[in-house]
Amino acid sequence: MYEFDWSSIPGALPFLWEGMKVTLKITLTAIGVGIVWGTLLAMMRLSSHRVLGWLAAGYVNLFRSIPLVMVLLWFFLIVPRFLEHVFGWPPGGDTRLASAMIGFALFESAYYSEIIRAGIQSVPKGQVGAAYALGMTYGQAMRLVVLPQAFRNMVPLLLTQAIILFQDTSLVYVSALADFFGVAYKVGDRDGRIVELLLFAGAVYFVICYAASMLVRYFRRKVNA
Amino acid sequence: MSYAWHWEVFLQPAGSGETTYLGWILAGFETTIALSLLAWVMALLLGGLMGVLRTVPNRALSGLAATYVELFRNVPLLVQLFSWYFILPELLPPAWGNAVKQMNPFLQQFLAAFLCLGFFTSARVCEQVRSGIESLPRGQKNAGLALGFTLPQTYRYVMLPMAFRLIVPPLTSEFLNTFKNSAVASTIGLLELAAQGRQLVDYTAQPYESFIVITLLYMLINIVVMTAMRWLELRVRVPGYIGSK
Repeated sequence: MYEFDWSSIPGALPFLWEGMKVTLKITLTAIGVGIVWGTLLAMMRLSSHRVLGWLAAGYVNLFRSIPLVMVLLWFFLIVPRFLEHVFGWPPGGDTRLASAMIGFALFESAYYSEIIRAGIQSVPKGQVGAAYALGMTYGQAMRLVVLPQAFRNMVPLLLTQAIILFQDTSLVYVSALADFFGVAYKVGDRDGRIVELLLFAGAVYFVICYAASMLVRYFRRKVNA
Repeated sequence: MSYAWHWEVFLQPAGSGETTYLGWILAGFETTIALSLLAWVMALLLGGLMGVLRTVPNRALSGLAATYVELFRNVPLLVQLFSWYFILPELLPPAWGNAVKQMNPFLQQFLAAFLCLGFFTSARVCEQVRSGIESLPRGQKNAGLALGFTLPQTYRYVMLPMAFRLIVPPLTSEFLNTFKNSAVASTIGLLELAAQGRQLVDYTAQPYESFIVITLLYMLINIVVMTAMRWLELRVRVPGYIGSK
């Protein structure tokens, strides 16, 4: 029978916390940029301007048809080289964190934009008509009337997406960036205690995500009430 | 920008010379397809079963299924994959664990990735099946029971055939996710499509061509699956429901 030995975890906690900070940094950047850029994409898609609509649809469908691992590999391996080439930057700088943040932000925007588009469409048309009748411009109607109601309805879905995103950040493993999971794996590998470290990492993710999903349930009841 | 495009690089002999770089890509493509399809079959069967358990009038069974879903939904896919790959052989009885460790590496990786994707996706299928069953009018179940069907028969002949027809659209997106998620298997060294792309970047001096081809292949899978599922959706849609014409 396998004998568990948890002794390498207490000493590794400071490293694991550093890793968690990287995980949170990527998650929060991607949520922030994702919601802003996702809102713009959703508005482009719903606008009466054909070309803008196509561009947004193309962007969203492109990112939604490629595996996240593939998108990350593009941003880790190809994009930095391309930029070095174009702008004549010195090669070999460590761009992994920036690559991860940008890659996740652009990828998640596609998913957020679909959620936000559905949210905007759930607002009754009369609301827009009423805003125009009051003399508001398109921007005012969106900002003051449509989006506040849409976002209220979307809170549970946006949060659910954030939980998925938080879990998916572990995939920066493909670039050997030291996020929470990366650190856990490295410590386990170093001490020959991969089993314990993986179980520990899994438990931490589970507790955080389960607590967050309870929060989603609470918001869902509130929105439906 | 001066970059020498060489699309003919894929026809050059690769590695030890037994095949071309194109051969590598096709081998990866096959692995991705085989892995995803097998995992999807497992996810449909297990997810269907769990979805039924989630809705039966038995606290213990529905609680068990709910716990199952929460477990697989709240742990990252990568952690699950590493657990199947690194932890399972350690926790199995020694004889079994050793048998797993002595398999050839490809089989070992494929097995871990298959179990990981199968279980992960089954939890998501379970939730779709549950919502399909719960969306049925309560009269359907009562009518089945009133006709003298047992509860299993009511599920088998009345509720499940309807529920599965209703959830084809969400299952389509789970099916697509299975293919996309299979790329995670590259992290344990399984030479599927994404891993082959990575290998091509290392071996050839043509990173752009390699990644473009790999990305296009994933998009191709997406288009084929979507077309097939849309056809299926038209065939099985239930008259009288929103979404049917």
